[in-house]
Amino acid sequence: MSEKTPITLKINGRDHKIAVEPRRTLADAIREDCGQTGTHIGCEHGVCGACTVIVNGEPVRSCLMFAAQADGKAIRTVEGLAKGNELHPMQRAFMDHHGLQCGFCTPGFLMLAVGVLEREPQISDDDLLDVLSSNLCRCTGYQNIIKAVRAAAAEMRGAS
Amino acid sequence: MKPAPFVRHTPRTLDEALAILAEVAPQDGRVLAGGQSLVPIMAFRMARPAHLVDINEVAGLDKLIVENGMLIVGARVRHGAFHKPVEPGPLGALLASVVHNIAHYPIRMRGTMCGSLAHADPSSEWCLTAATLDAELVARRKGGERIIPARDFFEGLMSTALKEDELLAEARYMLLPAGTKFGFNEFSRRAGDFAMSAALATYRIVDGRIADARVGVGGAEASPRRIPEAEAALNGQMPGDAAFRAAAEAASAAIDPLEDIQTTGEYRRDLVRAVVRRALEASVK
Ligand SMILES: Cc1cc2nc3c(=O)[nH]c(=O)nc-3n(C[C@H](O)[C@H](O)[C@H](O)COP(=O)(O)OP(=O)(O)OC[C@H]3O[C@@H](n4cnc5c(N)ncnc54)[C@H](O)[C@@H]3O)c2cc1C
Ligand code: FES
Ligand code: FES
Repeated sequence: MSEKTPITLKINGRDHKIAVEPRRTLADAIREDCGQTGTHIGCEHGVCGACTVIVNGEPVRSCLMFAAQADGKAIRTVEGLAKGNELHPMQRAFMDHHGLQCGFCTPGFLMLAVGVLEREPQISDDDLLDVLSSNLCRCTGYQNIIKAVRAAAAEMRGAS
Repeated sequence: MKPAPFVRHTPRTLDEALAILAEVAPQDGRVLAGGQSLVPIMAFRMARPAHLVDINEVAGLDKLIVENGMLIVGARVRHGAFHKPVEPGPLGALLASVVHNIAHYPIRMRGTMCGSLAHADPSSEWCLTAATLDAELVARRKGGERIIPARDFFEGLMSTALKEDELLAEARYMLLPAGTKFGFNEFSRRAGDFAMSAALATYRIVDGRIADARVGVGGAEASPRRIPEAEAALNGQMPGDAAFRAAAEAASAAIDPLEDIQTTGEYRRDLVRAVVRRALEASVK
């Protein structure tokens, strides 16, 4: 009936061949079956954004997608942001602007912000604010997260 | 918070999807579109469908075109497709102004317009839009098709005229005439939350006066609908504060308000008065 089927999750350029039940969410498969625990799970119903990853260039809630739906697609998670020892500008900006405290929400915010800025580098400040309202943080305070993302946005625009 | 087991079907063509749906619908089979409403409900175990017909790979359902004066939106067209105007006239601009109120960016990357219409949440912005603009909804089943006008489509809270084996293949909207004015407003406590009330208004100006007014209200009754009393208060009047307030008053009086723990009927009427007035004010900004 709901037997396990073999799928390949391409996470940060590496193939993970796994077998999952249809009901396995992408978030659970990334963490449990592929061992990539940088992606966090908070609410499991689409509200908090902790599980945000980039699938085929689009930031999505990985708790609201089934793993089998991501079979063969290009998935990016927080583990793929840094190049070796060099942090992604977004990661560095979160450090520089105190954009995290406990860090639980951080992978979700990073993938959300990177995903949107890669798609829309010229996004307005107001629209960026609206984008950041997608995710919840329970400790840092949003002002520093906004500062960090705006700083990284300016840097990413300069670099491209 | 994990969905119950189900069988996932992955048709590649519409005919294949309809054939599978016909077979599994009687065994609690459902369509899976963007999953942005269905998956949360499954995680809560409020739904435990035995079969899901995943339409995300079905060819042709990503249709988004203008044909014979109508905008045609296929079942795989996601909310995010409307972030930029999909056509150069007032309809494209209207849809782009409404879409930003739906959920959040990552949810708009997956959720579909047709999925919202089929889900029929009373607060859904797309349901309000379809009702206000008298959209036509194209339901397909194995061996048949019917076109359902929006006013007959929404039957109540989360309930539509779609039969279990029917797939909402397309939503069709008449293009709006050049010069059509429009305004949208909704009230919710946090950005991205479902609206506690919402309003959409469109009209034209003929010889300095309002003509062809449409005023739709959502989130206030079991289904969104046009409010004829508010439209009558606008037609023939000069656009401005007096007419806008009269229409808002008429809408507030005309509704049969939903009540819940947080919202009394009186409060809902106040919200409707405010969102209708603000939607009309937005139309002249
Ligand atoms: C945190 C959060 C906030 C949200 N806020 C809002 C909001 O403010 N406003 C709003 O409108 N929505 C909101 N949503 C819901 C979102 O817009 C959904 O995308 C939408 O309601 C359903 O579309 P879907 O494509 O995801 O459908 P799915 O979740 O895949 O399906 C929903 C239902 O419709 C049926 N269905 C889907 N497509 C079809 C079809 N073509 N034919 C027949 N049946 C079909 C399914 O079987 C299911 O019963 C929110 C969701 C989340 C998680
Ligand atoms: S865990 Fe996915 S949105 Fe909260
Ligand atoms: S840093 Fe702790 S939840 Fe955001």
